[in-house]
Amino acid sequence: MEPKDIFDALKARFGDAVAELQGEAFRPPFVVVSPKSVLDVARFLRDDPGLAFDSLMCLSGVDYKDRLAVAYHLHSLRAKHRIGIKVFLPREAPSLPSVDAVWPAANFMEREAYDMYGIVFEGSKDLRRILLPEDWEGHPLRKDYKYPEFYHGIKV
Amino acid sequence: MSHDPAHAASAPAAVPGSIGPEANILVGKADWFMNWSRKSSLWYLLFATACCGIELMQTGASRYDLDRFGAVFRATPRQADLMIVAGTITHKMAERVKRLYDQMPEPKYVLSMGSCANTGGPFYKDSYCVVKGVDLIIPVDVYVPGCPPRPEALIDGIMKLQKIIMQKRNFAAKA
Repeated sequence: MEPKDIFDALKARFGDAVAELQGEAFRPPFVVVSPKSVLDVARFLRDDPGLAFDSLMCLSGVDYKDRLAVAYHLHSLRAKHRIGIKVFLPREAPSLPSVDAVWPAANFMEREAYDMYGIVFEGSKDLRRILLPEDWEGHPLRKDYKYPEFYHGIKV
Repeated sequence: MSHDPAHAASAPAAVPGSIGPEANILVGKADWFMNWSRKSSLWYLLFATACCGIELMQTGASRYDLDRFGAVFRATPRQADLMIVAGTITHKMAERVKRLYDQMPEPKYVLSMGSCANTGGPFYKDSYCVVKGVDLIIPVDVYVPGCPPRPEALIDGIMKLQKIIMQKRNFAAKA
């Protein structure tokens, strides 16, 4: 299926929760969806026989300065098509439902997005820091991150 | 050899200039002997955290053959004399480095291998997670520059450390 067809299928199913199709010139373009609906959209994308997105290739956090985002790169091995899903979040207390019940591979990538951007994935099986030490303060890939002067007595 | 008088008669007579059959004593300095023993059996802790570890493995393998200096790798700090810090040390790793160093028996030495372990290297500016030099955590005896250093450079560093060891005074009166 072409990205436009995937977008139309999502729009028909979820209505206003699906906002727009971004960057049609790119592969894959992104379908922007609302934070609350992301788990339902994910389940629909995986289980619908025409869409059959069985592989979550990448899940990443993004900082656009005025807001944060989570980007999902999906691929279907059966239908041989791909699409991106993008969810915009506010800078203050960003949170959205976890999709690790749909694609188990999401867990590590959600942990990384939480570690680096402080995005909280509600209902995750195991949301801990994955790269940094557990007692680290702040989320370093945010644009407004302030470096600590010392960590455990060692100059940073 | 037997000390039976009957055999003694048949032993070759000591010719002038030869040491002779009974001469099995060497006279030398105890410091020199201890230092020579230590420098010739530098067992190092296999501690590789980044690409320098690949060069360390290559140095230990047959082409460069670090074994000929008596340096072989140990998998546990309790058997190691030398810690070759081969690679980037993050703040998360720093506590583990300190703990491994504390577990090594005295006398112990540290060789900092490569730019990351020396100064933080390419991560010196604008890195929140990399320790800017392993000497902020543990004392370092020899720094080997390079990114990563070639095996020849690492061998040179180990020979420098051997020179340092040979200067040690083990029996000098404590001030």
